[in-house]
Amino acid sequence: MSVGLAHYLTVGAILFALGVFAVMTRRNAVALLMGVELILNAANVNLVAFSRFVENGIDGQVMAAFVIVLAAAEAAVGLAIVLAMFRNFGTVHVDSVQRLKR
Amino acid sequence: MSGDLVFYGFALLTVVSACFVAFSRNVVHAGFSLLFTLFGVAALYAQLGADFLAVAQVIVYIGGILVLVIFAVMMTRIPRGAPRRGLDRMVPAGAFALALFALLYRVITATPWPTAAAAAPEPTTMRLGTALLTDYIFPFEFVSLLLLAAMVGAAILVRERRRSGENGPEAPAADPAGTEEQA
Repeated sequence: MSVGLAHYLTVGAILFALGVFAVMTRRNAVALLMGVELILNAANVNLVAFSRFVENGIDGQVMAAFVIVLAAAEAAVGLAIVLAMFRNFGTVHVDSVQRLKR
Repeated sequence: MSGDLVFYGFALLTVVSACFVAFSRNVVHAGFSLLFTLFGVAALYAQLGADFLAVAQVIVYIGGILVLVIFAVMMTRIPRGAPRRGLDRMVPAGAFALALFALLYRVITATPWPTAAAAAPEPTTMRLGTALLTDYIFPFEFVSLLLLAAMVGAAILVRERRRSGENGPEAPAADPAGTEEQA
């Protein structure tokens, strides 16, 4: 069976499930953000695959480009928050940061 | 067919390294596995004929986001006796993720996808640029505004506050020397 749309969607589903697992179990905030990156990449694989397998499709690739931009913004702000959290609390474990203010 | 073999190779690389990202106990290992995942996804884009996105993935994700992530891993040290994630959390999360995948897979296999006869992939950079500057001009401009806001926000968040007498009670004694390089 030749590689088709379903194969790419399956890879996307696996990536998504792994990302959800990482987000649910990780306690380190940086590793948690890695899980978010996995989820975003899973969505992107699906978007690009759809755009390839429909007639004359380009919209999916445009959306994927926007997702990449948003992921960059998310990573910058998210990691800045993690660094600020580490500076103020001395830890990056999300369970032990429960107060908004010291 | 050799194209199929290439797909399976890169799909395997992506999935296996993503497993390391999700399961590895060592955050540094997870970060470096993320490199291979992102590269594998870029290769999948290239196979799907999305040449511009494949390059953008390498430049933005691997060159930018991943470097940021690894810097963050290095700047935030983990205390020795940090609690590991226990089975009490892994089992329900694993069951949920598996169920999610089973559902998605069922949908993928059960849906009759309308697939166009796969034409030979051709470069899409020009069409992508045209679409961005015509149909998608508003989101395009908006996203640039958002990037600016994110940049300013990140700079403000990591800024050192050095107002005299304004430091909180015990101003971070555990402040690592490295964090201010980010600012």
